[in-house]
Amino acid sequence: MAKTIKIRAKVKDGVTTVKSLITHPMETGLRKNKKTGEVIPAHFIQEVVCKHNGKVVLTCEWGASISKNPYLAFKFKGGKKGDAIELSWKDNKGQSDSITAKIR
Amino acid sequence: MKHDQKRRLFLKGSVAASTVGLAVGAGLLTPATVLAAWNQKAFQAKEIDKAIAAAAGNPTSEPSDKITIKAPDIAENGAVVPVSVVADIDGVDTIALLVEKNATPMSAIFHLPAGTLPDVSTRVKMGKTGDVIAVVKAKGKLYSARKGVKVTIGGCGG
Repeated sequence: MAKTIKIRAKVKDGVTTVKSLITHPMETGLRKNKKTGEVIPAHFIQEVVCKHNGKVVLTCEWGASISKNPYLAFKFKGGKKGDAIELSWKDNKGQSDSITAKIR
Repeated sequence: MKHDQKRRLFLKGSVAASTVGLAVGAGLLTPATVLAAWNQKAFQAKEIDKAIAAAAGNPTSEPSDKITIKAPDIAENGAVVPVSVVADIDGVDTIALLVEKNATPMSAIFHLPAGTLPDVSTRVKMGKTGDVIAVVKAKGKLYSARKGVKVTIGGCGG
């Protein structure tokens, strides 16, 4: 279920740093299949939401120009070891995935 | 010449065109049920001003040296350019990241609730050498900064 997201959250001096790597093609819809000449349809993550103990700490709106297998890192105040960090994404085709991890 | 091109495109592309049409339909026109919130206008805008206005309400921002954009001076692979934006400004609620020379410059919009630091990192595709632009909204005001990145191999694929 959480197969597309790797996440690491660490807290230091009252600030939690979240780093994540998502497996996703992030197709722009501008590339062509070199063999068939057909355009590869746009397929990219549009929204990413991260929550700390159920409270939203980041919402991202992404376009197709975010790199394939997107990396995301950010920081928020607070958090302690063992707290739950949940990261979820939704793409333009309606697909989604999410993962929950504990702050280390 | 234009006429010729059009004819050639039509003949060559009548199949491709319908595929593109399908692709556009499926890809770029987001069904309302998927994400009412996704800022289609900002992400489809071809001009930087329009993209910023759609994302932040106003195209004008004040250049600020309190925003630090970290990105390589030279990106060997335009498909994966690491960028981070840190703003030493109070009350930041939005950070927009744009790639100046991409066909649709808006790359990402980060919404930060109170308590989240204005410090975000990701990786973007850059089609060619140009600036990465960060627009930061804090307490209703817009600030911006830009950093030039030289791209040796463009990042938009075939």
